Amino acid sequence: MAIGIIRFPGTNCDRDVYKAIELAGGQAEYIWWNNEDLTDYDGIVIPGGFSYGDYLRAGAIASNTPVVEGVKALVKEEKPVLGICNGAQILGEIGLIPGLFITNEVPKFNCEWSKLKVSNNKTPFTKNFEKGQVIDIPIAHAEGRFYTQDIDLMKDQDQIVLQFAEENPNGSMEAITGVCDESGLVLAMMPHPERATTKLLGSDNGLEFFKGMLDSI
Amino acid sequence: MMYDIEVKVSLKPGMLNPEATTIQRSLALLGYEVKGTKTKEIITFVLEADSEDDAREKVDDMCQKLLCNPIIHNYTINIIKMDLSCGCGCE
Repeated sequence: MAIGIIRFPGTNCDRDVYKAIELAGGQAEYIWWNNEDLTDYDGIVIPGGFSYGDYLRAGAIASNTPVVEGVKALVKEEKPVLGICNGAQILGEIGLIPGLFITNEVPKFNCEWSKLKVSNNKTPFTKNFEKGQVIDIPIAHAEGRFYTQDIDLMKDQDQIVLQFAEENPNGSMEAITGVCDESGLVLAMMPHPERATTKLLGSDNGLEFFKGMLDSI
Repeated sequence: MMYDIEVKVSLKPGMLNPEATTIQRSLALLGYEVKGTKTKEIITFVLEADSEDDAREKVDDMCQKLLCNPIIHNYTINIIKMDLSCGCGCE
């Protein structure tokens, strides 16, 4: 049972995610962006960073690489896919989630702890939380403002997974910062759960995302 | 035939443009009171295509797949046939 961690030129949270998966009791392997065949993996994490220098739009170039075909194939096989920060932006650009993460309302890089409300605890990643529970996970992004044309449909299909519980630091629509696909198996989230895996670092709430993902495999 | 291509990418009307807002605020600090500031991205390249229509079709495809995100962007495509004649009758 291995979780694949996709690396693009410019990915920089891959090792943190690797450690987080180990801490959660799983095994992880790195995957390079040109690998199209992901059939050996039981789940995928697309970590944060600045793939391809964020050129054009954050995630735009990564979303057109061969590994994306592999990710789409795994989604069809109903395996869990987690996109964190730049990974979330990439999932938006691929179109696996209904919306995009674009330049913050105040266009600066925002790196701080945030309080998140778990609005949907039916996904594998959030099943260890209570619905409405407020958790501590840090954010670190300049392009994290969630925007969608399908907000009503998203509500109908319970696709809003995480919302900022206190201030809305980037101007996201309805303070949304974690969204899933219709199945709930693809989660795109701007906050970094891999940076909140031990209380020593401020919170271990993030570990539950990886534990939940592993449990579902 | 070779074509000079210019793609202009802009945010759809009504979309928040934080970069433009910041520029406008900065201009105001310098004493320039302006309105309606917008930013656009211009991408240029040279493309070989059978005809102008063929070129437009290809560039439109590029816009849909990579250069723009149709959820948030509008784009315009400007195509200019390159004049490669050197005066000797060749092209």
